Amino acid sequence: MTLLIDLLAATLRNATPLVYGTVGETYAERGGVLNLGIEGTMYAGAFVGFAAALATGSPLLGLVAAVGVGLLSGAVMALLTVTFGANQHVSGIGLTIGLIGASEFANRLIFRGGELQRIEPMPLINPLPDVGPVSAVFSQYGLTWVAFLLVVPLAWWVLQRSSFGLEIRAVGENPEAADAAGVSVPRTRYLALMIGGALMAVGGAFFTLALLGSFTLDIIAGRGWVCIALVIFGRWRIGRGVVGALLFSLIYSLQFRLQILPGFGDLPFELLLALPYLVVIGALALSGRNVAYPGAYLKPYRRS
Amino acid sequence: MGIRRNHDSHAGGRTSLVLVALLALVVSACGTSSPSDSGSGKVKVFGAFATQIEEPWDGVIHAALEAEKAAGRIDYTFADDIGYAGDMERVLRQTSEEEKPDIIFGDAFGNEEAVRAVAADFPDIAFVFGSGGGPAEPNFSVFDNWIHEPAYLAGMLAGGITQTNVIGVVGGIPVPEVNRIVNAFIAGAQATNPAVEVKVTFINSWFDPGAAKEAALAQVGADADVLYAERFGVIEAAQENDLVAIGNMSDQKALAPANVVTSVTWNMGPTVKYVIDQVMAGSYTSQDLKDFSMVGKGGAALAEINTDVPGGLPEGLVADVQAREAEIKAGTFRVDINEGQPPGSTIAGG
Repeated sequence: MTLLIDLLAATLRNATPLVYGTVGETYAERGGVLNLGIEGTMYAGAFVGFAAALATGSPLLGLVAAVGVGLLSGAVMALLTVTFGANQHVSGIGLTIGLIGASEFANRLIFRGGELQRIEPMPLINPLPDVGPVSAVFSQYGLTWVAFLLVVPLAWWVLQRSSFGLEIRAVGENPEAADAAGVSVPRTRYLALMIGGALMAVGGAFFTLALLGSFTLDIIAGRGWVCIALVIFGRWRIGRGVVGALLFSLIYSLQFRLQILPGFGDLPFELLLALPYLVVIGALALSGRNVAYPGAYLKPYRRS
Repeated sequence: MGIRRNHDSHAGGRTSLVLVALLALVVSACGTSSPSDSGSGKVKVFGAFATQIEEPWDGVIHAALEAEKAAGRIDYTFADDIGYAGDMERVLRQTSEEEKPDIIFGDAFGNEEAVRAVAADFPDIAFVFGSGGGPAEPNFSVFDNWIHEPAYLAGMLAGGITQTNVIGVVGGIPVPEVNRIVNAFIAGAQATNPAVEVKVTFINSWFDPGAAKEAALAQVGADADVLYAERFGVIEAAQENDLVAIGNMSDQKALAPANVVTSVTWNMGPTVKYVIDQVMAGSYTSQDLKDFSMVGKGGAALAEINTDVPGGLPEGLVADVQAREAEIKAGTFRVDINEGQPPGSTIAGG
């Protein structure tokens, strides 16, 4: 029972950065742009958020700074792929390499390779009344509460129910038709990428501002790429993407608990560590058949 | 993802290629520090690191060299983040030819062949590298972090402190350097607590503090109340749950002053000092510098013990640990070196 409660709490906690990243990437891709800059955007969000929090003493201001760098990162991606019409794969990978390099360069300039610095991280909060041991499940960081109670429903509503969401989907499916109907394709794609970038950066800042209170190299460790897979797993739907993030996180959290059980000693730990990735690959292979990509996926739009 | 050719984006493709090239320049530029002026009569030292100096292992070597530089004994420049893709040989060769340093310090793990090949071609330069192999005549010396002795002492502390009789260890990758400190830690814990259970998790990465913290939280969920942080991320889990943590590599008390009871530390100072002295005296020879990274010569140590941690320390524990420390220093107690991979869960006597 305690294992189950511990596991559920861990699942929500570890899903948090994936939820921000997956929702952010969904916005970019529904607008027709594959943003492979996600890994770098999360990394820059983690670093800039931490540096700002350390400088100001306020994790909240750190979060604001992370949102800022995410908006900027989305705008750069839009400049490359929307304004210049550049190849989206190359632009995204370039953006990731550039943002990781710039973050590590700034890290060296500011901290000079000295001892690890820490801020007082955001605390765990539990707004629900105490209902015994189950309450531990709801002892979560503020960013986790915001992700599941605010960001996910709002992102879903905007994308599926608001006229702005309809515009995003229209420029991602059929930009010619959207253009003919008076929707500005560049403006809409810029906004989708910038909103997505801000969400990705918050996902990265979750590590430095809440989970750890410090910035170390390789802090994102490929979780941005996991989000790319989760968007496809979720077939570009917010809800399904979040379910995918929860599934990945459940297995990720479970394998750490299995590794230390007596009796699992003979199983290679590498296999257990690979388990969440294997499940996502398996799920992608099963659910990935006949997926309908957004109609204008990877295509720059030019009036002709 | 489907691969779709895009016929109307040639110009854009070029733009982004230029961008990538520019970014690559920026990235590679951060790695190399500018060479300093020579001719000052000081020993000229170059550091060649495969990882960035923010990585704790290379960070310890870098810190010792920076200290010698601050003391005015050496001119020190370095290149880091050289990686494992063949650049190490180029960097070493170029530096040896153009800069002609007296000594090159670095880590050879993952670049053994390249480092040894360059060393053989420049017999007048002292090559002193972290390595799992042995020294080579005439100029290639090796060192490694032999911190199993303080790890044993930290294990004794952990075994005495735990009230649940469950201790957690989170390690990076089970290579010999990590295995021997984890095994020594387990042996130390069993020495003070015959009923102890030690849970060991490897995250298969040298970084990823998020995963390290989750591994530690899983151990806390399995009743661990003392955590040994071979990697970053574990002390944070102890702090969040008001438990006791043990740091690694450097004194990490500052990360969580109320929770870190001590740290297992490595100090390259004695190694660096010895090599510089030898080179200054003109008596440098290739050798295994292992002893200089052990407790006897001050290259490894248990950081100051902080008794003000959650639950406190039982009576007499610190005295027992210090007595054992004195025996190690005096050479009357040897900590076993076991480089086999420890299992995920070790129960004493089981």
